[in-house]
Amino acid sequence: MDFVARVYVVPKPAILDPQGKAVETSLHSLGYEEVGDVRLGKYIEVKLSGDGAAGVEARVEEMCRRLLANEVIEDYRFDVETA
Amino acid sequence: MKWGVLHFPGSNDERDTIYALESVLGYHARLLWHGDRNLADCDAIVLPGGFSYGDYLRCGALARFSPVMEAVADFAKSGGPVLGICNGFQVLCEAGLLPGALVQNRGLKFRCVPATLTVENNTTAFTLGYEDGAQAVIPIKHGEGCYVADQSTLAEIQDHGQIVFRYTSNPNGSIDDIAGVCNREGNVVGLMPHPEHAVDPLTGVTDGQPLFRSVDQWKQAA
Amino acid sequence: MGAPVTKATNYRVAPEVTRALGLEHGLTDGEYDRVVEHLGRTPTFEELGVFSVMWSEHCSYKSSRVHLGRFPTTGPRVLQGPGENAGGIDIGGGMAAIFKIESHNHPSYIEPYQGAATGVGGILRDVFTMGARPIANMNSLRFGRADHEKTPFLLGGVVAGVGGYGNSVGVATVGGEAHFDAGYDGNILVNAFTLGIVAHDKIFRASAAGIGNPILYVGSKTGRDGIHGASLLASSEFKEESEQMKPTVQVGDPFTENLLIEACLEAMAGDDIVAIQDMGAAGLTSSSVEMASRGGVGICLDLDKIPLRDESVTPYEMLLSESQERMVVVAKQGREDNLREIFERWGLDCVPVGIVTDDGRFRATYRGEEVASIPVDALTDAAPAYNRPIAAPDKPAGEALDLGAIKEPTDLTATLTRLLASPNLCSRAWIHEQYDCYVGANTLVRPGGDAAVVRVRETGGGLAMTTDCNSRYVELDPYIGAQHAMAEAVRNIAVTGGRAAAMSDCLNFGNPEKPEVMWQFSRAIDGMSEACNFFGTPVVSGNVSFYNDTLGASIPPTPVIAMVGLVKDARTTATIAIEKPDQIVVLLGSGEPELNASEYLSVVHGCTGDRPPALDLEAERQLAELCARVIERGHVSTAHDLADGGLAIAIAEMCIAGPGIGCDIDITVADRFDTALFGESGARVLMAIDADGIDSVETEAAELGVAMTRLGSTGGTRLRIAAQGAMLVDAAVNDLHEAWSTALPKIAAGA
Repeated sequence: MDFVARVYVVPKPAILDPQGKAVETSLHSLGYEEVGDVRLGKYIEVKLSGDGAAGVEARVEEMCRRLLANEVIEDYRFDVETA
Repeated sequence: MKWGVLHFPGSNDERDTIYALESVLGYHARLLWHGDRNLADCDAIVLPGGFSYGDYLRCGALARFSPVMEAVADFAKSGGPVLGICNGFQVLCEAGLLPGALVQNRGLKFRCVPATLTVENNTTAFTLGYEDGAQAVIPIKHGEGCYVADQSTLAEIQDHGQIVFRYTSNPNGSIDDIAGVCNREGNVVGLMPHPEHAVDPLTGVTDGQPLFRSVDQWKQAA
Repeated sequence: MGAPVTKATNYRVAPEVTRALGLEHGLTDGEYDRVVEHLGRTPTFEELGVFSVMWSEHCSYKSSRVHLGRFPTTGPRVLQGPGENAGGIDIGGGMAAIFKIESHNHPSYIEPYQGAATGVGGILRDVFTMGARPIANMNSLRFGRADHEKTPFLLGGVVAGVGGYGNSVGVATVGGEAHFDAGYDGNILVNAFTLGIVAHDKIFRASAAGIGNPILYVGSKTGRDGIHGASLLASSEFKEESEQMKPTVQVGDPFTENLLIEACLEAMAGDDIVAIQDMGAAGLTSSSVEMASRGGVGICLDLDKIPLRDESVTPYEMLLSESQERMVVVAKQGREDNLREIFERWGLDCVPVGIVTDDGRFRATYRGEEVASIPVDALTDAAPAYNRPIAAPDKPAGEALDLGAIKEPTDLTATLTRLLASPNLCSRAWIHEQYDCYVGANTLVRPGGDAAVVRVRETGGGLAMTTDCNSRYVELDPYIGAQHAMAEAVRNIAVTGGRAAAMSDCLNFGNPEKPEVMWQFSRAIDGMSEACNFFGTPVVSGNVSFYNDTLGASIPPTPVIAMVGLVKDARTTATIAIEKPDQIVVLLGSGEPELNASEYLSVVHGCTGDRPPALDLEAERQLAELCARVIERGHVSTAHDLADGGLAIAIAEMCIAGPGIGCDIDITVADRFDTALFGESGARVLMAIDADGIDSVETEAAELGVAMTRLGSTGGTRLRIAAQGAMLVDAAVNDLHEAWSTALPKIAAGA
């Protein structure tokens, strides 16, 4: 079966995110005063095949830990759907 | 004494490092291809600067999976001297051979300037040749050289003398002004500044020379 | 299961070709008639695309060709003049320097980061396709007013793009220049220069030869990037709609370029390649056609073989795509496997896509159909060339200077400080600190001085390089102004210890269909040609960028000179920095400062005057020889050319560049203090010389007939300039440094 995993990687809350800060400042200067904290991360789309959602999720979890995110500085989450 | 300098796709300073080691400092040095599975009996290993694999995804994240990195990890575990410069430092952090990580400079811009460093630990394989607390001017050139680590890691590396170099004037927002760190044993050192560009009097300062020379002392002591 | 799906889906889109479609492609009525004449029939859609790009201003030089022949292009050092991917000169020891400067103006205005990045990528490929390893990059940049609303965005984007590409690809960016002027508000200039070195017998040329030899496609896959980038963007005026053309801007991949450099240099070291060329503007079409034209052969391409990012790319798009990091290689028959092995080891595609033929035609087939068959000559030598009307403007540029109305400032220290913080005189560190100037381990004189110098390990010598053009001077007098740019370049090389050897140029002008623009162009070429002959610096490569107009307004004429000089010994170079106290400060040369066209006049009094300063080429030559001589003999290691901002700015820059040592000088004032301090001229240089070296310099100066005046000495931490005992300027070097260094970051931040 074909699946698509949508992986979101963002800097950990404790890690300074200068890009996010820059975007936040720009949004404020555009008048969006309601904007609080902005965190800038990555969105990764992975197409893959597998027998069932559970197995695929385990594989994607492993990919995140090994490569897609660096757990020293980044958090990740993902969802998996059939393609 | 034979040095091995790794060459990943996208490495930039590998030939400069060979030039510094051979033509300026008089060592034997050779390139080791990222696909190699052994280190060709080299006595010390350098992971050079550059943009391995374009630094796509994260700096150093893809290079750490190169076949040669398994051999580097074994070499490091057996006490062999391993130096990571700039991108090489990032690769060593990604590979878990050094603590912490490097993220984008706080100023969001690439910076190429001479940086003044303080030697915080002169007992490592790459700092034995410096006086304790010595200052050295070594250029930096990086966009993602801001060193980060969580509080417990920071406390731990402080307690074990793993902070090797600090900037006297922080150019990139690194936590605690950290420019370079080592592993517990002191045989694996990573730093953002480029000592290979601080050896040749014709092209600038020579404060990077003792860094490479330190390995002679380290090997003798071993 | 059904029948296997065939991959041979036909994606050809071929609308009926009409005259109207020809005009939409940028051809004129007359040009469309000539297309039909050359073919003896109506062109196919693909052929129309091919003609439109090959006959575009950018590819055909149709407005400039009749003028460019006036440049001297030969000389004892010239190994390769214009006509190849880049020019080359002999630098001794069997080595050659290969270099070229090229514009990427229009793409950089639309998308500054990618425009500048791909400009750097393109010029690098022009150099390494000649077999040379690139060792140095420079950039000549022009932006609009510092306080224009788009300037921070464009400046930030261009600089980040230059750095993002150059740093990652691993070639040092060693110098360049940046200017701000309202004349570029709607049309910035991004000119990129690369220099590489190679052994004489390893220089590659891009001339296809050997009937039946395979044509290989190497590098990245083809996508829809930059379709008509060259023909439309760089060959017509900028309009509001140009902003909507973002999809045509190419995206650079410096990582792939890094691999491409290594793979190509490795492949060229062997004996398997006949010719190699970058797919630059107009991509596959222009690279194949140019190689066929140089070799007097034909080329037949099988478009089904082109590596594609997306299967649905049409044959028309394949022919015109400007996807980056791609090369065309003519291989020797039977050597394809050797080459494929090399390129695949570097992770790059290497695919046979055609052959060299004997019919003199450019042909392309797709899904068994011939979609193009055009005589190569029709696309190159027989392409249109226009001798466009030339007319001096009715009203000369600028306005006559009434010196009586120009009030002298009372506080000249404040004026100096203000000038040091002005957009065109302030520190460029914010720019060059974003560029890696160390990689390659050859940079002897780093950015921030007059010229950059890189070492050549094979010869023990060095190469000095600089880009120069004062467009205000050129606007006021294209002939003398262009010569000033040459003289300044020669001087900039000389004060680092080098001798100017040859040059490349990037001729940035407005719409050539305007007679006064063609007049500027033609006069500038005449002026440069005379100066080239005079200085013995032939033009070996270059580029013309016309249609730098927005909403009908042309940019100031900007013929950028990229000069390369030879330094005899890498150990004897000079920088602008005052490094020691108790040195003697001397002024060399006979140039008389004038307020006309000066930066001071523009910044402080808001006017330009009506002519550039006088120029004496003979005095320039003698002064340059003197500088090179005393530096290479080791008598002098601190020297600085006087240019924009005059003497006071030059001496301030010398103090600022060092560890903060000041100096005390006393100058002669003929007339006005502001003229003496900030007036501009040619043929002047400042040096700081050790006491025991001064006699040698004096002797050499006398021998060469160069005037030398002792002005004072270095020391302390203040810059003091007096005139016959009266103090004009007295400032702490630290304060000057502060004003000078904080200005550009503010401009970049839009503050």
